[in-house]
Amino acid sequence: MNRIRLSAGPPARTSPVLWTVGIIGVAVLVGSLSFAVSVGAVAVPLETVWGILVNKIAPNTFAVDWSAGREAIVWDIRFPRAILACLVGAGLAMVGASLQAVTRNPLADPHLLGISAGGAFGAILALLHTGLFIGLLTVPLLAFLGSLGATLLVLAVSQVASATSADRLVLAGVAVSFIVMSAANVLIFVGDPRATHTVVFWMLGGLGLARWDQLIYPALVLLCCGTYLWLKSGTLNAMTVGDETATTLGIPAAFFRLTVFVIGALVTGVMVAFSGIIGFVGLMIPHIVRLLVGGDYRRLLPISALCGAVFLVWADIIARTIMAPNDMPIGIVTGLIGGVFFVWLLRRRMG
Amino acid sequence: MRAADLEVHGVSWAPAKSAQPALHPTSFSVASGRVLGVVGPNGAGKSTLLRLLYRYHKPRTGHVRVGGQDIWSMPARDAARRIAAVLQESVPAFGLTVREIVRLGRTPHRSRFATSGAGDDHVVERVLDTLSLHCLANRDVGTLSGGERQRVMVARALAQDPQVLILDEPTNHLDVRHQLEVVSLIQSLGLTIVVSLHDLNLASGICDDVLILKDGHPQGVGPPDALLTDALVSNTFRIHARREHLVPSGAPHFSFTLPH
Repeated sequence: MNRIRLSAGPPARTSPVLWTVGIIGVAVLVGSLSFAVSVGAVAVPLETVWGILVNKIAPNTFAVDWSAGREAIVWDIRFPRAILACLVGAGLAMVGASLQAVTRNPLADPHLLGISAGGAFGAILALLHTGLFIGLLTVPLLAFLGSLGATLLVLAVSQVASATSADRLVLAGVAVSFIVMSAANVLIFVGDPRATHTVVFWMLGGLGLARWDQLIYPALVLLCCGTYLWLKSGTLNAMTVGDETATTLGIPAAFFRLTVFVIGALVTGVMVAFSGIIGFVGLMIPHIVRLLVGGDYRRLLPISALCGAVFLVWADIIARTIMAPNDMPIGIVTGLIGGVFFVWLLRRRMG
Repeated sequence: MRAADLEVHGVSWAPAKSAQPALHPTSFSVASGRVLGVVGPNGAGKSTLLRLLYRYHKPRTGHVRVGGQDIWSMPARDAARRIAAVLQESVPAFGLTVREIVRLGRTPHRSRFATSGAGDDHVVERVLDTLSLHCLANRDVGTLSGGERQRVMVARALAQDPQVLILDEPTNHLDVRHQLEVVSLIQSLGLTIVVSLHDLNLASGICDDVLILKDGHPQGVGPPDALLTDALVSNTFRIHARREHLVPSGAPHFSFTLPH
């Protein structure tokens, strides 16, 4: 695979490319966020968006020349939704990049490991069978517990089959994914057929559930797990070379892989819980970022997070506007873009 | 470079759920700065033995000592500062550059969460110089030829600043020129080296001592000229081996034929 290398400098530890891409990325993210909040069924001018934001942080900075209804749309609905898009995109991209290193499989994706299937199982259980017994948090909570359960199952299977090597752990994930998914399908089959459309919507992904008071969960998880992964970027670099070589560098390879799996499950579980199943972000974004800034995880992880956030904000803009005033499930948008990207990747590898 | 002696005493190993050992108790020692070659047919236990030396597998019995210290009595990072290995793992397309791969060698010298410091960069540049890799330093490792990649992996091991270097069939898949380069590199390092080789003539040419393995059993260890008799080589590899002398150099050289 031919790569155009942008970084060709001396061993400078703070690569100028990283800063350039980083600053451009943050600028693009802020611009995308503002745009995402302003477009929709009710168009809100950008200056109003900023006015509402500034007034929320420092009250009475701007004279209020907008209606309370607009303020509610911008502040209560669109801002949390756009921020959830950022968190989910950043989280999935970072997890995808990390899993690719520890499985030494450039096609690894958070959904490979049965995590999403577990999340789907939990959500279906809540939507069709248990009812919303603790209110709106029921679906996210059960989805998260489902993801966690599926991850524990993957770990148990890998122990039973003594599958500590990278490829066998992936196979364990695929196996568990199939089992949990068929169990979830049983739940759909025996459930109330009139309620299945809510399940379908959830399984295709959507950010419509975003609320300020719930954003703290994905934000905290992303902050903690993202920081940990970034601090471990040197170890992730070593894992791409191979288990045995990593061992000779003093790295407990099998244990580190399990740690990254559990962290990946935690992040994906929380994201899936609030957004449904959104595929391809974790697979696609790290690939593109490698072309931009190279494979060093110290650069790859933060830039992937940034690009994942921007990508999902735009995917959500498309999802909200293409069939306005209805929302299209965002998973359809990411799936379509991801599939086309895959074909492009295949062509590139051939040529 | 600082070398240390390697002492291996009675090590054996078997997979977790198997009673059949892949390696029966094996002992040898390599004095500081000497080169030990490990030879034997496919499946004889060469890789298993090397894995015990670079602390990938823990021996069922016996111990491995570097500079008098058991490598399993110290943390993995401390062992990694003493022993480096060049293995036959393929490097997939993850877009790491040559310099980034070489810098991985500094991993055991850093504290847990720290990034590389100026001292690390100095070592990396010195190793890149030693192996004339400066012109490739910013290339993606995935785009290099087999010989270049092997040199990068040796550079990565040297950046570890080890006392003992383990090489697993370093000349595999290399053309004659690159084989000779790797061999002259091995001889110039002054480290304690354990190298597994397929080519017996190469092994007798570059190794101070040779360990010969068959079906997980050590068949003997000693200087190649004394150890590698026609009978032992023929028996180990199930062939007819005969040591001849090349004309005009007079160098000993094995020739092999299948038994009838």
